[in-house]
Amino acid sequence: MTDWPILTMITFMPLVGALMIMLIPTDNAVAERNIKNVALFTTVITFIASLYIWINFDETTAGFQFVERNEWIGSFMSYHMGVDGISMLFVILSTFLMPFCILASWNSVKKDIKSYMIAFLVLETFMIGVFCALDIMLFYIFFEAGLIPMFLIIGIWGGARRVYASFKFFLYTLLGSVLMLLAIMAIYWQTNTTDIVLLLDPSRAESVIPASMQTWLWLAFFASFAVKMPMWPVHTWLPDAHVEAPTAGSVILAAILLKMGGYGFLRFSIPMFPVASDELSMLVFVLSAIAIIYTSLVALMQEDIKKLIAYSSVAHMGYVTIGIFTMNANGVQGSIYQMLSHGLVSGALFLCVGVVYDRMHTREIAAYGGLVNRMPKYAVVFLIFTMANVGLPGTSGFVGEFLVLLGIFQVNTWIALFATTGVVLSAAYALWLYRRVMLGVLDKESLKSILDLDGREKAIIYPLVVLVIFYGVYPMPVFEATEVSVNNLIVNYQAALEAAKETAQASLK
Amino acid sequence: MQETLQAFIEAQNMGLLGAELWLALGVLVLLMIGVYSGERAHSQVTGLSLAVIVAAGIGLFLTVDRGTAMNGSFILDNFAWFMKLLTLLGSGLAIIMSVNFMKREGVINFEYPILVLTATLGMMLMISANDLITLYLGLELQSLSLYVLAAINRDSVRSTEAGLKYFVLGALSSGMLLYGASLIYGFTGHTDFVGIAEAMAGNERSLGLIFGLVFLMAGIAFKISAVPFHMWTPDVYEGSPSPVTAFFAAAPKIAAMSMLIRVVIQAFEPVTSDWQQIIALIAIASMALGAFAAIGQTNIKRLMAYSSIGHMGYALVGLAAGTQAGVHGVIIYMLIYMVMTVGTFACIIAMRRKDGSVEEISDLSGLGSRNPMMALLLTILMFSLAGIPPLAGFFAKYFVFVAAIEAGLYALAIIGVIASVIGSFYYLRIIKVMWFDEPADNFVPMDGELKLVLMASGIFVTFYVLIAGFVTDATSTAAASFF
Repeated sequence: MTDWPILTMITFMPLVGALMIMLIPTDNAVAERNIKNVALFTTVITFIASLYIWINFDETTAGFQFVERNEWIGSFMSYHMGVDGISMLFVILSTFLMPFCILASWNSVKKDIKSYMIAFLVLETFMIGVFCALDIMLFYIFFEAGLIPMFLIIGIWGGARRVYASFKFFLYTLLGSVLMLLAIMAIYWQTNTTDIVLLLDPSRAESVIPASMQTWLWLAFFASFAVKMPMWPVHTWLPDAHVEAPTAGSVILAAILLKMGGYGFLRFSIPMFPVASDELSMLVFVLSAIAIIYTSLVALMQEDIKKLIAYSSVAHMGYVTIGIFTMNANGVQGSIYQMLSHGLVSGALFLCVGVVYDRMHTREIAAYGGLVNRMPKYAVVFLIFTMANVGLPGTSGFVGEFLVLLGIFQVNTWIALFATTGVVLSAAYALWLYRRVMLGVLDKESLKSILDLDGREKAIIYPLVVLVIFYGVYPMPVFEATEVSVNNLIVNYQAALEAAKETAQASLK
Repeated sequence: MQETLQAFIEAQNMGLLGAELWLALGVLVLLMIGVYSGERAHSQVTGLSLAVIVAAGIGLFLTVDRGTAMNGSFILDNFAWFMKLLTLLGSGLAIIMSVNFMKREGVINFEYPILVLTATLGMMLMISANDLITLYLGLELQSLSLYVLAAINRDSVRSTEAGLKYFVLGALSSGMLLYGASLIYGFTGHTDFVGIAEAMAGNERSLGLIFGLVFLMAGIAFKISAVPFHMWTPDVYEGSPSPVTAFFAAAPKIAAMSMLIRVVIQAFEPVTSDWQQIIALIAIASMALGAFAAIGQTNIKRLMAYSSIGHMGYALVGLAAGTQAGVHGVIIYMLIYMVMTVGTFACIIAMRRKDGSVEEISDLSGLGSRNPMMALLLTILMFSLAGIPPLAGFFAKYFVFVAAIEAGLYALAIIGVIASVIGSFYYLRIIKVMWFDEPADNFVPMDGELKLVLMASGIFVTFYVLIAGFVTDATSTAAASFF
């Protein structure tokens, strides 16, 4: 391993880009182009730098890699960064999608492009930080800080109801998070550390949290992650935020911010509160199954394309939470895969919606129809992403969903039954959407002159098509990276449950 | 003669009063200058008053000794030292921010900076008070100066009304405090904190003593504008000239809070469980009122008044813990609160159109496109006041809540964080008005000194995350004074 602080570099590179943009004056078109170029350049460089982690990632160890540690605030917090098999791919996903977001905003953002790009770059720093942080307070700071740029992105560059949507997003998420903050403080006093590596270390006696505390702490963390995920019934902020956010904002929300909830469950809830996770897994299953069926039905009736995709995101996140709490290799691997795949697919779908929105300035399904006649290329890529969203074999969406269903079938067949129903429902709403938007006769006057994908849009969408199909056919690179960490997580979890059972029995005698 | 004086100074440990002596001397000299220099008195005295504050600050830095003076009625420990530094900073910034404002409003009486100095002297005595009598003297010196300051713009009905209201209610609270002090003296036979604590230690606590404690705390709660003694705050904040409000919101709160900490942690240490209940209750009430009552405000100064009530509630959460971590939390809270408040008031003072100052929140409409720099800094301050990481306001809340959790005050902590979420709504509203709404008429350009204060405050709040370790070391030394 090198001493080069690669994670710090990747995390804060976008911030440097944002500072550079801040120095560019905004008075003419040249400056505006420079701002966009700097933003694109920064995100691309960050992505390339992040590939270094994947290439040099040691897939045979479950430990944290590329670790950096510095003192920060006494015993309260330290600056500790590192990645393992669970978090590494989320870092890559974040850095990978950012250039597309910048490109997607190239022409569509007219108002104050400078602040817009700064907000996105700052947001990228916070997102990467969330996945790299190895100190629970550092994690919290990154986790919460992301609210600031996202609030501004929705509120300043959003649609008609942007004020309502941005406030709802902010307050909902904040309310969940502050309870987690209190739980983190309780953990600190209980275990005398905020260091994730120590907290996850099963051999450190202090880090084992008593079963009596676990339920409360689990619920506090759950409050935060369930809102972020989002799980039914606290998902209502998501459709509003998605619909009102600008295209790139929706992409980031769906592809990355939602994954922080799932990541949080895997990183904190499961390993730190195994007893509570075991006891409360049924709650998660039931909520997720309701989410899958209910939000799929809601999606069926939507008249706004973005809102439909937003509800379908909630349904897909239901699979993720089910998979995580099965706590077997299939389920957990499947849910990680589902998160990554959903990041690509939902991101791509929002980008696709952005394409027609830029042309027509409406997201009403009824305003479209028969687009395939004028936009054949667009129709093909939209079909591929729709199919991936449904989980058609051969697309990345299939692998994750299938593994999750496999995992949950081992644990609870009833939940498996309901969850599988969701697959059918998702096919229903997705195909119906496709029919209404793409197929049929092109009889609307306003659509008669609509143009197919241009060069920039092709550059954004085609790579995603390739990846969605590639990871549908050959998922091994992802599994290889996550396998050891996931197995280690499961082994520790089972051991902790055994130990807790023994203690409980011993106390009975 | 000289030898007796020398002996007196040494015996009474007068060296510890360095900063206070500088201030007192400065006030006397400045009064003379003010009276005799006629036309230019205002600007001269303002400039010199800053010099006096700097001199007092240097005096403080030169005082490396710690201990008690004047037969134990005055104490200088690390805690007092740190809080005095904050107070001086708050007062200095208040004077700086007033320079152009007062000229424009036609309030050019040279008494303004002098009254700020006397108030500051009172505050420093409050912070160092180790005896109920010193405490009362310091408090009254501060309060009487503040009453006059509130009414300094005597041609304005609102300003005089604010001064009168403050005076009447303030006198009432001083009365309560004094009554409490007399009860405490009656039941313990001591006025000095050490004596009070010793007298209580072995014995069963008497009802009269608890009565005294309640009255004393009611008096102090008035000074930090904690619920239910907050009624004066919105009116006084709104009515006073903006720089005076900025002064009220920062330095006196620090002094009163320090005084409260010393009284309860040191003098009433034996009855901790009794005062903890009171503090927890007023903390909850203040946080809740601060969160809810501010939502409906349209005047930004009234909003800041409710916001400050809420913030005192959060700071009291730390004190309710009654531990070293708790006191540490309060110190950090007051530091960060002061910086945020002063920065916000720099913006409020700068809200001025050609025809005069404006104070409505809607006047900030579209500030993001009119004056992006000011809007950006105010946005940062608002997010910080709401307690969103990575800004300084988050760390302030973190350290008080972490102390509450350590002390097992879970309910208090949960109510506190929920109040902070509700409270964040109105900070967000200001941000919304600045960035999401259509631009209103432009403000006149900001004065240089306001820009400076705002910039410094914005930078501190943004980059606090980098210096947090250093600050925490300094503040934990201060907190350790009591334990």
